[in-house]
Amino acid sequence: MEVVQLQRSFLEYSSSLFQEGFLDAQFSQLQQLQDESNPQFVMEVVTLFFEDSERLLNDLTFAIEQPNVDFKNVDAHVHQLKGSSSSIGAHRVTNVCIPFRNSCEEQNIQGCLRCLTLVKQEYFLVKNKLETLFRLEQQIVAAGGVIPMVE
Amino acid sequence: MEISHASAISKTRAMDEIHVLAVDDNLLDRKIVERLLKNSSCKVTTAENGLRALEYLGLVGDQQTSVDGHHGVKVNLIITDYCMPGMTGYELLKKIKQSSTLKDIPVVIMSSEDVPTRIDKCLEEGAQMFMLKPLKHSDVKRLRCQLLQ
Repeated sequence: MEVVQLQRSFLEYSSSLFQEGFLDAQFSQLQQLQDESNPQFVMEVVTLFFEDSERLLNDLTFAIEQPNVDFKNVDAHVHQLKGSSSSIGAHRVTNVCIPFRNSCEEQNIQGCLRCLTLVKQEYFLVKNKLETLFRLEQQIVAAGGVIPMVE
Repeated sequence: MEISHASAISKTRAMDEIHVLAVDDNLLDRKIVERLLKNSSCKVTTAENGLRALEYLGLVGDQQTSVDGHHGVKVNLIITDYCMPGMTGYELLKKIKQSSTLKDIPVVIMSSEDVPTRIDKCLEEGAQMFMLKPLKHSDVKRLRCQLLQ
């Protein structure tokens, strides 16, 4: 019975992440690429995303704190973050990258600072949600159950 | 009779064993495109930049060092990201199309940005297709269908 309850929690949580826009269809694509021959695919890809993003956020913070901000450089980093987040379906992170790139183009430092705060917020939110999702999966497996496919 | 039999066999083989060289500077994207292609029964080799891709294809400087790639395995398709530091996907495309030995390999360009002038430029230079990132399973299916025609 515990397995059924865990599976139900997992499905509900998963649905909410899609409904609230934290994840989009691209994440589902990744889930569909996972199978018995690649059972850890989603976790591997998401881990890469975490590593990539944290490095980028650090680089962005450093770049924006410079006395003479190199907006082209900042933009290049945001472009990468936009790409990575879009590749895994971290929809809200991708969305903040758009005004961020605009601020870079306008060489608007205040805009960039605001966007950096926002993108960090969204990143840590989705990171937290994904870690919770993986924990729920692990609990199901530990209880001897199978992770249900999200429709 | 014999000729059509042989081509039927090679067509079947082509469906099973398309060998794709996937080029992208982003590790995350490389991993995803690799899985997408492998899930569509392709053999996949990845390269992290244009130079490595050309080395694999046997083109070093402007010299063709070997007709086939490493281990004599032929590459049937090259799929490359557009925005890469150093050599862009467009520059890689040009080098491939300029090579007498490589020019017939179809090249697909991927980009996260939908820029019509960029798309036109790549198609004019001989790109088989231009695809928007992030790639989906349906994109890879469409690609296989197009390639096998």
